[in-house]
Amino acid sequence: MTGKRRIRIMVAKPGLDGHDRGARIIARAYRDAGYEVVYTGLHQTPEEIVEAAIQEDVDMIGLSSLAGAHNYLFPRTVELLKEKGADDIVVCGGGIIPDEDIPTLKAAGIREIFTPGTPLDVIVKWVADNVEPRGEY
Amino acid sequence: MSGLFDKKIFDDLRASREKWEQELKKAFDARPERLERFATVSDQEIERIYTPEQVRELDFQRDIGFPGQFPFTRGCQPSMYRGRLWTMRMFAGLGTAKDTNERFHHLVKAGQTGLSTAFDMPTLMGYDSDSPKARGECGKCGVAIDTLVDMEDLFEGLPIDRITTSMTINPPASVIWAMYIAVAENRGIDRRIIGGTIQNDMLKEFIAQKTFMCPPEPSVRVITDTVEFGTREVPRWNTISISGYHIREAGSTAVQELAFTLADGIAYTQAAVDRGLDVDDFAPRFSFFFNSHLDFFEEIAKFRAARRMWAKIMKERFSAKNPRSWWLRFHTQTAGCSLTAQQPYNNVVRTALEALAAVLGGTQSLHTNSLDEVLAIPTEEAATIALRTQQIIAEESGVGNTIDPLGGSFFVEALTNRMEEEAFEIIHKIDDMGGMLAAIERHYPQQEIADAAYHYQRQIDEGKRTVVGVNKYVTEEEIPVEVLEIDEELEKIQIEKTNRIKNERDQVRVRECLEQVGGACSGGGNVMEPVIAAVKAHATLQEVCDVYRRVFGEYRDPGIY
Repeated sequence: MTGKRRIRIMVAKPGLDGHDRGARIIARAYRDAGYEVVYTGLHQTPEEIVEAAIQEDVDMIGLSSLAGAHNYLFPRTVELLKEKGADDIVVCGGGIIPDEDIPTLKAAGIREIFTPGTPLDVIVKWVADNVEPRGEY
Repeated sequence: MSGLFDKKIFDDLRASREKWEQELKKAFDARPERLERFATVSDQEIERIYTPEQVRELDFQRDIGFPGQFPFTRGCQPSMYRGRLWTMRMFAGLGTAKDTNERFHHLVKAGQTGLSTAFDMPTLMGYDSDSPKARGECGKCGVAIDTLVDMEDLFEGLPIDRITTSMTINPPASVIWAMYIAVAENRGIDRRIIGGTIQNDMLKEFIAQKTFMCPPEPSVRVITDTVEFGTREVPRWNTISISGYHIREAGSTAVQELAFTLADGIAYTQAAVDRGLDVDDFAPRFSFFFNSHLDFFEEIAKFRAARRMWAKIMKERFSAKNPRSWWLRFHTQTAGCSLTAQQPYNNVVRTALEALAAVLGGTQSLHTNSLDEVLAIPTEEAATIALRTQQIIAEESGVGNTIDPLGGSFFVEALTNRMEEEAFEIIHKIDDMGGMLAAIERHYPQQEIADAAYHYQRQIDEGKRTVVGVNKYVTEEEIPVEVLEIDEELEKIQIEKTNRIKNERDQVRVRECLEQVGGACSGGGNVMEPVIAAVKAHATLQEVCDVYRRVFGEYRDPGIY
């Protein structure tokens, strides 16, 4: 029997920023919602994140940044996914992201940005509405 | 010693209570209680009313006493704010050293009484601005410091022989401190004169803030070097600022913040004692750093309990004899995690309440967050309002007119006792695990904090806890606030500056100095003098940290969630 497999999500912390409260809470919320979750841990370069995402065969990457380097780190991750031919992996982001940066990030291929105060349910539901498993069983 | 209350009063009290409860029942029958459960931010349940019954055993001399006297529940110094107000110390750092220097001058002109430095992520992690790991991060959430020249620019025109400087720096604390000492000495200021604080608390990094470089054990070893060096050479310096702030920001409860912080303090004290230092020589230079969150009385009780607990720990556990060793002196920062991006002007009010709790709790210094800190590094205007908040509390509200005005409140004393009791339970659990280093290896504090953070977030999402403007009183229209932007060009400028310095220095001398640092690391000698020599020769922050990484190894985040 073939069928769609469970959605696999990578929660990733790019850069040197150590604020992982949000990322860890979101990883738990995805897990509790029944998704398979891979958490990278802190201090990952975009290169490391992309390599791990391909290796883990994830359907989505959630990037978290709270120290202001999102304008470099988020687009760089998408760029590397393209280079590796893995740009069907959906990328979204969250953290301390000023409103005026959001259009640029979306134009760079970040599908959604979740800013502080977004309820967990909204973040979790977004996956169901926007992410499809890339492979089958 | 006897209790505070005459035993006879409890009979009368019981009768009055019964009468009150009957009336209460009638009132609640007509209109039920407002909430199913009344609890603090940390989810500690709070009773309807507090009377002498909850503090039946309270003993004035033993539990409350006078400020400046054991167990210091009411304050460390006998005079507290009747003598001198707390130090108004605003955490600041942005862009280049020159940008931050301008902000320092502005804050001093606005009436700030101490300096506090925020470094950017590469500096905090021991990388220079030209490292590939630093791409996109230079100057973003603090100031970029690569060489002694940056440090000289940072403190240009500031009287560091008179003003004290706090530096929030951890894995590379020894290097940044060496640079500060070098700046002073190059200006002809004796290292024995300068005063300030390096955060230098690695244990809470593994637990909460997560800027780490080397594994826990060698990290504590370098810290012990700084403690030893400071005790001998820089006697006015606070060698560690044992920090609960980040533990709380990571999502802990107030009791966990209290317990984990003091357990970290125990670990540092033990490490220095094991080195052969006399506790009364170094303990007076340990300082603390707490969070002030939104639950007003819980925070005040936490500060009072912290002082009393540390005094007991130092006196009973470490047999310290110098009363200064018993003092828990602390800096406070209002809770960054309590601020909201929605309706950001509300943050001014949150910060004011948190600052007031810190003052009523007897803080020695205070940073008040700016209303825009949830969005970016604060603008000058926002930082000024935050400083003015402290000045209004200090000079208009009258709360500093008497010492520990809440001492003796049934509620505050009961809460203080309860938090002390619960925090000691956690400390005993950590002792049973073999101390904080062993507990960290088992991920005990990390896991406890993650659980508490998740629980708190769920309560907000389920509407069990109100966050004004986020899950209640939500408005569609947002009032925009100005957000500070850091110029992307800055990275290029900083890298050019560092490269120029690296090209112009005496390379042979730098190599020799770095070898000396390596020798101290692997041979067990104190690293501080070699590091001071290295930074004076313009070795960069990363070059020294690379030596640490080579000798001690690197720590990687286990990625637990």
